[in-house]
Amino acid sequence: MRKPRFAWLAMLAALALVAAACGDDDGGGDGTNGDDPFRIAIVAPSASNDLAFSQSIVDAVNLIAQERGNVTVQVTDGMFVVEDAAAAIRGYAEDGVDLVLAHGSQYGGSLQEIAPDFPDTAFAWGTAADTFDLPNVFSYEAASDEGGYVMGVMAAALSESGIIGVVGPIEVGDAKLYVDGFGVGVLAEDPGATVNINYIGSFSDVALASEAAQSHLAAGADILTGTAQMVVGAIGVASQNGLPWFGTQANQTSLAPDIVVASQVYHWEVVLREIIANIEGGTVGGEIYEINLANGGLVIEFNDGFDLSDDVRAKADAAIDGIKSGSISTGQ
Amino acid sequence: MSDLFTQAVFIAMVASGVRLAVPLLIASLGEMFGQRSGVLNLGVDGIMLLGAFSGYYAVLRSGSVWYGLAFGTIIGLLLGIVSAVIAVTLKAEQGISGIGVYLFGLGMSDLLFQKLVGTPVPISSFPKVQLPLLSEIPLLGGMLFRHSLVVYLAFVAVPVSMWVLNRTTFGLNIRAVGQNPESADSLGVSVARVRYATVIIGGTLAGTAGAALAIDLGIFQQNLTNAAGFIAIALVYFGAWRPLGVMAGALLYGLVNAVVLQMKTLGIIPLAWSDIAAMVPAIITILALVVVAQRFRPPAALTTPFSRGT
Repeated sequence: MRKPRFAWLAMLAALALVAAACGDDDGGGDGTNGDDPFRIAIVAPSASNDLAFSQSIVDAVNLIAQERGNVTVQVTDGMFVVEDAAAAIRGYAEDGVDLVLAHGSQYGGSLQEIAPDFPDTAFAWGTAADTFDLPNVFSYEAASDEGGYVMGVMAAALSESGIIGVVGPIEVGDAKLYVDGFGVGVLAEDPGATVNINYIGSFSDVALASEAAQSHLAAGADILTGTAQMVVGAIGVASQNGLPWFGTQANQTSLAPDIVVASQVYHWEVVLREIIANIEGGTVGGEIYEINLANGGLVIEFNDGFDLSDDVRAKADAAIDGIKSGSISTGQ
Repeated sequence: MSDLFTQAVFIAMVASGVRLAVPLLIASLGEMFGQRSGVLNLGVDGIMLLGAFSGYYAVLRSGSVWYGLAFGTIIGLLLGIVSAVIAVTLKAEQGISGIGVYLFGLGMSDLLFQKLVGTPVPISSFPKVQLPLLSEIPLLGGMLFRHSLVVYLAFVAVPVSMWVLNRTTFGLNIRAVGQNPESADSLGVSVARVRYATVIIGGTLAGTAGAALAIDLGIFQQNLTNAAGFIAIALVYFGAWRPLGVMAGALLYGLVNAVVLQMKTLGIIPLAWSDIAAMVPAIITILALVVVAQRFRPPAALTTPFSRGT
């Protein structure tokens, strides 16, 4: 038998590697002040423009780069395989990056192994509230239950059937916080309402998220919400059926301008500024940060294209003020 | 539990299962042809991803869902040719080369999406076609006959595949080449030509499946298929390399997913069990695979490259 020839296979594999490894490398800094640039690297689970979790951190870092100048931003996105993400995190640390952002609670185990090997490199990971007692690890989380509560109040006020559907990924992290807060908000506005929650078991299965939304429709829901990057499928169902949608993590209005009522937008730059200030002051870890409505890290962005009544808007504003002042509890 | 069996919920649940089954069915039928001729293509998911992006992008640019479906299908055909060259002409180890094609599709579809589109933009979906008379049948009408044209075509492809495999010379050659390529060759059948044809059919249908998925969802996202191509390969084994079996497997997988989803939505499955429940479709498929594997054997020449005179 002739031996298989692998030349074509090798070429194809090489091409695949080039394509698969092709991450964005945005030179955010202008480099005009002559100093070495501050180097930030992001490792994120989904696409950097997913209109959800990964985009929220990429947008924030790019904003920081614009504000400060002389910042280099490197992004490795699509790291839904944790082992691949670990390799990217280690690679950036070896490369001498000043701040490595491991943007995914699933990366915690890897970071715990990698960070001790690079004591002078600052790592930050989220969403989580645990630095593993390592001196060079920061952690950050989002009090997404706060925005969830506000959305829940509006959803209950808008619902005619009294049944509201939620599409979640896996019951962890900021997704769970958002969903829990949303449920508390709905019941605070309408104690008789029903909140049907469906965690589909995946952060990336768009088709399953779409069908989960369909299952909510069958169960009588007339308002939908959801969290994580796979909800684009559910938003499509809401749009096709003309049902109001509440977004979170990033502004999702562009996905369905007619039906997105409002989005809870993450502004990680609020904590990133503090993290960078700490690094420049010689502290490379050990702190836990949170974005919330009070510190401006969470912002409720309303869609001007959705005809929201003044009454419902007033309820939302009252909920925001109440959470900020501490007079309203989201149950967390 | 009684909520599950209200008419509206039951109809919606079965319709959901059918929709979930369709991309798997289309891709599995294509892969089945390849495997029946002795070629295992593990690159199905990569081809689906490039078909999905191509279909999505064509709809985004043209506004026509049918142009999108056609474009995704053509891209699948081209990748089928590439796969055939690698597996048949170059006689590469099929498992490894398939993974290469998968990685290529995964990376390239995302790269093209980032460079040509960027932020996800919704596109129009396939219009629903209510089949006259059939769609009016109580229960069944809502479950089976109010879908898009692609759904009907996918199920029409099942008897067509049966006819091709069992009633045509081409089908006979496919089975012969997959079972005993040396004998087929000695009888004048071109093993390479048959395998080229089946692998190209597989690639084409994988491209169609990907495009159908993206257009049905009305969106593209990185890794949109979420490993559906690998499930499609498993369903070929589940279906014992027969079109009806493949269809049964795809429907079972889709319906179990739909039932689990609906039960979670209605709170019949408690939140604490959500993650475990999400594994149920895969577990059932694996269990069924084990049963099938004991009763049926794969084509004898599966994964074995053919060289005359060896």
